[in-house]
Amino acid sequence: MRYMMLVYSKEQPGASREMSERNYNGHRALMDEAARKGVFVAAEPLAPTSSATTVRLQNGKALVTDGPFAETKEQLAGYYILDCENLDDAIEWAARIPTACRGAEGSVEIRPLPGIPERTLEATAGRAPGPNG
Amino acid sequence: MVDVHSAAEVVFRRESGRILAGLIRISGSFDRAEEALQEAFASALACWPEKGVPQNPAAWIMAAAHRKLIDAVRRDNTRSEKQEALRYAAESVFYKTGHEFEDASMDVPDDRLRLLFTCCHPALNQEAQVALTLRTLGGLSTPEIAKAFLLPEPTLAQRIVRAKRKIQEAQIPYEVPPASQLPERLTSVQTVIYLIFNEGYTAASGDQLVRTDLCSEAIRLGRVLGELMPAEPENLGLLALMLLHDSRRDARVMNGELITLEDQDRSLWDQTAIAEGLRLVEKALSFGVSGPYQLQAAIAALHAQAEAAANTDWPQIAALYERLLQWSPSRVIALNHAVAVAMSVGLEDGLKRIDDLAAAGELDSYYLFHAARADILRRLKRPVEAAEAYSRALPLVTNAIERSFLQHRLLRCLRPDDSLENTQ
Repeated sequence: MRYMMLVYSKEQPGASREMSERNYNGHRALMDEAARKGVFVAAEPLAPTSSATTVRLQNGKALVTDGPFAETKEQLAGYYILDCENLDDAIEWAARIPTACRGAEGSVEIRPLPGIPERTLEATAGRAPGPNG
Repeated sequence: MVDVHSAAEVVFRRESGRILAGLIRISGSFDRAEEALQEAFASALACWPEKGVPQNPAAWIMAAAHRKLIDAVRRDNTRSEKQEALRYAAESVFYKTGHEFEDASMDVPDDRLRLLFTCCHPALNQEAQVALTLRTLGGLSTPEIAKAFLLPEPTLAQRIVRAKRKIQEAQIPYEVPPASQLPERLTSVQTVIYLIFNEGYTAASGDQLVRTDLCSEAIRLGRVLGELMPAEPENLGLLALMLLHDSRRDARVMNGELITLEDQDRSLWDQTAIAEGLRLVEKALSFGVSGPYQLQAAIAALHAQAEAAANTDWPQIAALYERLLQWSPSRVIALNHAVAVAMSVGLEDGLKRIDDLAAAGELDSYYLFHAARADILRRLKRPVEAAEAYSRALPLVTNAIERSFLQHRLLRCLRPDDSLENTQ
């Protein structure tokens, strides 16, 4: 089962270079190990919420606002997708993800990725114009 | 007819947890396993009146449930090959071995342990853990659990449905956790069992002090845990603790009135439960690995061994509470420690400790804090202050029998003649 691990971290300006380096190295090492063990699917950091833009459809129009979807204490700072055996396995990996990406220790939310039901995919494929159509 | 019905019910109560645990492992689905079990009981009720109750009713039901499971999986497979998502675990025994399996694969003692760990997984919230444990291992029906917790049935039903969905969607494994996770996970199982017991021992609300069914169920689960993991002294400590508390069941309420430990008729204590509890405490302590359940059980054992309240070994109890405080430095344990100090060192010393705790706040909304303080003041023959403390406890208590007890005490403090008589 693939699990998405959402890394939440408190954005705290003025994080030391040493700290962010330690954080970066921690991610690098974990990603390497996950790749070696055939668990790794994807992982990437997100730019800070100061760069976020939210789009919401209202009365058929796209309403664009500055900032993230929700103001929270800890902000989404990055994600991992790992292919784990079960939730316990996922918890063990998640517990090793560094969360001080934005200056202070945070948390990791684990969400299973159930995939898109095949029938829906077929239906979409049937409706979409083919390469020759 | 009646016999058949009750025979089936007895099997259900006693064996459904065991049977269900095996069915879940084989089918990889909580729902499918429950369905198969229910169908098997239905066919028992249809079949037994005619053919008589089989020699081994549990084995009969297990085999019948087994067949129902195979039928259901076959039905599903013909209907659609895309049932993958419905399956709880990708690699269940059933699918691995094709459509046949040995009966011997049904009764694996580990199954109940697996089920216990899955139901009490920390990824489920505690309310869900409790409900699911009672439902699957306890064999209690949803209405029974709802009644025991004074909750509307739909609320409880939804709690169980959500928990089962989470188990499936997040793929909480059906396994005894590896050694690295075991201590934390075992604590979670013990907490659920003790929570069930406590809810039964002093029902959080309602007009009944004790809910016997919940206490018995918790003890039964404690036995399962103790039998399956006997090398964990805390499991034995937990079972001992519950047995020793439960031994006082018949003495705790008289004519609808709460009787304190001090005033209980000790001849009403269940000596069989006490003997078993004491044996378990001794066995647990022989491992030489202390823990909070063992310490609490040791305290309960000292109470159980005192032939009269006056013979209680309070100094030893105070010492055990002090050790317990090192394990879990909670204010509630600190409160109990202060009471033990009051009873061993001196009332004034105890009162001072309690007031120190009060200075740190937090306990102000806890009725037992005010009740304990009131009790010491009453013993110190300071009825005005005692009455004030009782008055503060009263609005905080939610159990009707406890409330009436505190009201009586308050009245006695307000009428000094009675209060003198009471401090004897």
